Amino acid sequence: MATPSPTTFSQPFNFSKDVRRTTLKTSTIFGPKLKSGEIEHTHLRLLTSFMTGPRLELKASKDPPGLTQQLDNSRLESLAETENVCDFFEDLKHRFLRFKKRKFKENLEHFQNLAQGQAPKFMIIACADSRVCPSNILGFQPGEAFVVRNIANLVPTFEVHITLHLVYFEFLLPKQTSPLHFFFLCVQSGPSETNAALEFAVNALKVENILVIGHSRCGGIRALMSMQDEEDSSSFIRSWVVVGKNASLITKSAASNLSFDQQCRHCEKESVNHSLSNLLTYPWIEEKVARGELFVHGGYYDFIDCTFEKWTLDYEGGNLEKNSRFAVKNQFYWC
Amino acid sequence: MARQSSKLAVEGLESFLSEQSGLDDVNTAATIEKLAEELEETDINVAEPVKKDPVQMITEGFIYFKTNKFDKNPELYNSLAQGQWPQFLVFACSDSRVCPSHILNFQPGDAFMVRNIANLVPPFDQLRYSCVGAAIEYAIEALEVPNILVIGHSHCGGIKRLMSHPEDGSAPYDFIDEWVKIAKPAKAKVIAKFGNLSFETQCEHCEKEAVNLSLTNLLSYPYVQKAVACKKIRLMGGYYNFIDGTFEHWEFECHFSPHFPIFAV
Repeated sequence: MATPSPTTFSQPFNFSKDVRRTTLKTSTIFGPKLKSGEIEHTHLRLLTSFMTGPRLELKASKDPPGLTQQLDNSRLESLAETENVCDFFEDLKHRFLRFKKRKFKENLEHFQNLAQGQAPKFMIIACADSRVCPSNILGFQPGEAFVVRNIANLVPTFEVHITLHLVYFEFLLPKQTSPLHFFFLCVQSGPSETNAALEFAVNALKVENILVIGHSRCGGIRALMSMQDEEDSSSFIRSWVVVGKNASLITKSAASNLSFDQQCRHCEKESVNHSLSNLLTYPWIEEKVARGELFVHGGYYDFIDCTFEKWTLDYEGGNLEKNSRFAVKNQFYWC
Repeated sequence: MARQSSKLAVEGLESFLSEQSGLDDVNTAATIEKLAEELEETDINVAEPVKKDPVQMITEGFIYFKTNKFDKNPELYNSLAQGQWPQFLVFACSDSRVCPSHILNFQPGDAFMVRNIANLVPPFDQLRYSCVGAAIEYAIEALEVPNILVIGHSHCGGIKRLMSHPEDGSAPYDFIDEWVKIAKPAKAKVIAKFGNLSFETQCEHCEKEAVNLSLTNLLSYPYVQKAVACKKIRLMGGYYNFIDGTFEHWEFECHFSPHFPIFAV
């Protein structure tokens, strides 16, 4: 019988088996409760980092701390907690009823039309930061903008989502002295969330404008600018913001004489331009931009002094170069 | 246009007041107070189904925000310029009709918000889903948000695609199908339980089951597990139905049963 060597390809992680003493109960205000006991149908694949090279070993994934951690009884204030839960739900209730009264009922016909379908003119890519919701700062109303929000409003390229890994595997059969060597080519996708939204907005909803909005004091950009190569790669934030790495390199070379805060501000705008260039790596986006059916815009919201800059990518006015320089037009500054 | 109406209303009120004489002060004051309350409650920036130039839309939108919100609340916005302390991490769909800032009236600073197709939270995968993972990590580790709220909604295009493809034989998308597959366990559960119901009803059930699946997937992130175990965070689900204008919400609770020792007989 074959005895595989310790190097294995991947370690599927079944959450329901590995967190043995987890009991999950849910309470719902509608429908049947979820079962208590093991979680159903949730198979998690904890893929770990691969190392290429002549002898490949899979690093063991960090086991998530189990839910067997003892609760600190001194922190349990069950009555106060119950009240807090009710407060939050009361808060949500009031928020929703206010919307229903002031907007939904007042514009019933409009909302009934929207219920049949949406035809937004804009796709917005904005940061998840709580201070920069495009509905607040640019006044988008229901039906007007298809919105993606992620850390640092980044757009990955069309190509970078595919990563090739060469995996080496040794197999020692019984009664054999030297192992058999196998190489597997593994295709692993990179971050895919924003790509799906782009595809839906452009190809299904056929939006006419994509607006990428950066903002001041962006924590994600700060993390990008602070990133060192030798750092621990187990951070999700690092794995994501590296999408904007070219913008940070351009900033560091162009603005090295400025303070770190000023460099971050520079990078916040540079990464918007970097995202605009990345948008054009999607063939179906570039086609539409070339035909004048889709316009790609950059924006920058400064919440310190409440200003907004906006510019449009001039596709005909300049060629795209490797360092993502392109021409812009229709620049506005509102203050 | 709405701004013009309110301007006309104010001018009308001024003209009415200047023409009146010998009015009962108490009644007038009461009437004016009532009118002022109603005017204050009127949101004059309501969407109107009129086609506008896109640049004009965002210009007017920003000017309204700056004039009516930013400039009128300097203390709040000065504080927000220094940092953010949101109470919620919200996962909502990118759908243009379901922005939580509208339906739950989140103001600047209230909610750290991730929006993606079908408001999905994938399981822990640092390579494939670093976008969502980064948002969760930042919200919990850096911002220490006390609540996570995942909001599903009616007529979700992403869920509809999940429920119909590949059985409908349509050509696959490059990215959408791969993304919505995250919710396949929800689809399987719905088909097993409600397979005899109409497609639309199945989709509605799946929209809610996908929220539950996302809440469960949150627990695959170490920082969420730790925060839940320490009771520092609550996990909540929500469902916005824009057909009948309703909102449901529920909580995902994690409990340990009492310990039962086993005695040898």
